[in-house]
Amino acid sequence: MATALNRIDQLFADRDRKRFIPFLTVGDPSIEATFHLVKAMVEAGADLIELGVPYSDPLADGPTIQRASERALKNGVTIRDALQLVKRLRESGMEASIVLFTYFNPVLQYGIERFFADLAAYGADGVVIPDLPIEENGPAVTSAKQHGIHVISLVAPTSSSRINTIGAQATGFLYCVSSLGVTGARADLREDLADFLERVKASTSVPTAVGFGISTPDQVRAVAPHTDGIIVGSAIVQQIEKHAEQLKDPKQMPEAVEKIKTFVHQLASALQ
Amino acid sequence: MDNIQTTTRIVPDENGRFGAFGGKFIPETLMNAVTELEIAFEEARRDPAFVQELNGLLSEYAGRPTPLTYAERLTNAVGGAQIYLKREDLNHTGAHKLNNALGQALLAKRMGKKSIIAETGAGQHGVASATVAAKLGLSCKVFMGEEDIRRQSLNVFRMKLLGAEVIPAVSGSRTLKDATNEAIRHWVSHVDETFYVIGSVVGPHPYPYMVREFQKIIGEETRSQVLQMLRRLPDEVVACVGGGSNAIGMFYPFIQDESVALRGVEAAGKGIDTEKHAATLTLGRPGVIHGSLTYLLQDEGGQVQEAHSISAGLDYPGVGPEHAYLKDSGRVTYTSVTDAEALEAVQVLCQTEGIIPALESAHAIAEAIKRAKEMSSDKILVICLSGRGDKDVLTIQEALTAEGGE
Repeated sequence: MATALNRIDQLFADRDRKRFIPFLTVGDPSIEATFHLVKAMVEAGADLIELGVPYSDPLADGPTIQRASERALKNGVTIRDALQLVKRLRESGMEASIVLFTYFNPVLQYGIERFFADLAAYGADGVVIPDLPIEENGPAVTSAKQHGIHVISLVAPTSSSRINTIGAQATGFLYCVSSLGVTGARADLREDLADFLERVKASTSVPTAVGFGISTPDQVRAVAPHTDGIIVGSAIVQQIEKHAEQLKDPKQMPEAVEKIKTFVHQLASALQ
Repeated sequence: MDNIQTTTRIVPDENGRFGAFGGKFIPETLMNAVTELEIAFEEARRDPAFVQELNGLLSEYAGRPTPLTYAERLTNAVGGAQIYLKREDLNHTGAHKLNNALGQALLAKRMGKKSIIAETGAGQHGVASATVAAKLGLSCKVFMGEEDIRRQSLNVFRMKLLGAEVIPAVSGSRTLKDATNEAIRHWVSHVDETFYVIGSVVGPHPYPYMVREFQKIIGEETRSQVLQMLRRLPDEVVACVGGGSNAIGMFYPFIQDESVALRGVEAAGKGIDTEKHAATLTLGRPGVIHGSLTYLLQDEGGQVQEAHSISAGLDYPGVGPEHAYLKDSGRVTYTSVTDAEALEAVQVLCQTEGIIPALESAHAIAEAIKRAKEMSSDKILVICLSGRGDKDVLTIQEALTAEGGE
């Protein structure tokens, strides 16, 4: 049962500081690599880690994260492995917030109640389920509340009148989808992004974080004034993909981790 | 599109649920689009002008009503129930798919959308979508698995000839499931201007319901044709089930007729005791695919498994949520037929009736032959002959040659 204050709430207690949220897929290219990458990202300035659970049919994801998912699935990675990784990160002393990103079917098969109980027991703080809109999230939210876990809602530029409903129900933080489409790095962000983000902010008491398509320090700087946090996924996963062979080799892993750490640091420091 | 359904419609409820199944498990980006679609469909369906335009196209363009054919030589060869064929193979473009494609494309136009997208397995829905896009002046992109593009090259050319762009889906098993993922991804990116014409009774609400409403004309015609010809209802109705749109279209108007047994036939591929099958209702467990909670072929961790069938149109690891509901309620019996049995049925129908059935429909024929044998000659059995087999001739030739060589 929930006892301590959720780490996400603690993290955003000081709204003057913007938060950086990297995404990576568990088990891409190996669970060992993911462990070291997460630790390095926290050292590089990440405040909250979004851990992707690989899925066979990731329909909200673009090619980069699809490929990461395929690589992780080839390693046989499951939701259980993701939970074990969270446990190991906590045992290693990591205090940054952790949110799992998973499609709904693996959660359903694991058992909704058992999933949220285990998230809490293993030390996770929240979950993002991209194919579970508010109309369908009742049972998940009930279990999550019991265990002190946040189900992070998403809001999109097309949400229009739904923004207020979603904003009113949001807990933890509100995940703002910056552009139409799937995840993936984009050269340009929407012109009306600032307007959208300001509307979302006005709709909710929880902090906001922006993701989908943000890949460069310049984009981070441009979006920062309109949000409490920034999520970068595909751009980081591309770096992991580029260094996959080294990350799999214990001797070369530290050097590759260091390169990705530098990349994350550039993004994270653009936020302050 | 008449008032039968207002008295018999039990499902889905306002949340798009068929009992426990169905719903809208989709990214937030699409939620407004499906809500708009739901409203637009409800308005259109009640608008006499829309119904009249659709009915006009169905009769003057598609060639409806399709006939009900007494399969006399097949009946004699089997030696049991009297077998009738509902001839969806004679619908324009050669399958039942056009009924739904016309309905949705007309709705797209009414909603002011200029482009439609579609997914396709065997290519029949892709051809139907390309056809209606040409007829109604819309642009059309069809997503098709790379493996299916290879299996159905003739349909690929047909779609291109009709002016559509065919986009290969290269992820996963490169079949219908992956084509649907790609279509959804494209839709998320272009949701404001694009209408997604889903080809079966799958996907998020309102699709399973809307596609049923556009396909139920099959069962409505069949019911009145049987009544007119024989002055009684049939004893059994058999249809193949992949996503399950021809089956729902056929079954739905008979749901309240308790004396009519309904039988859906899935693809058993190389056998349900192997890993190569598409028998979702027979062997799957409830799970979420393409926005809907339904029976699903999946592993223990909830990863979607690849389906297998000689027929590209049945090669799908999910199934329409209304079928999941009808299975659990016991109203419809679901069985499965192997690739080999379907191939055998193709030859039987060719040689007794002079009709080359689609491989999908051949599954229904194979099951119907088994059933008819066990029924007395005063019983009436109707098969939904959902499509013609011209598209499959090469596949059939390859399979029979391989068989003969063994």
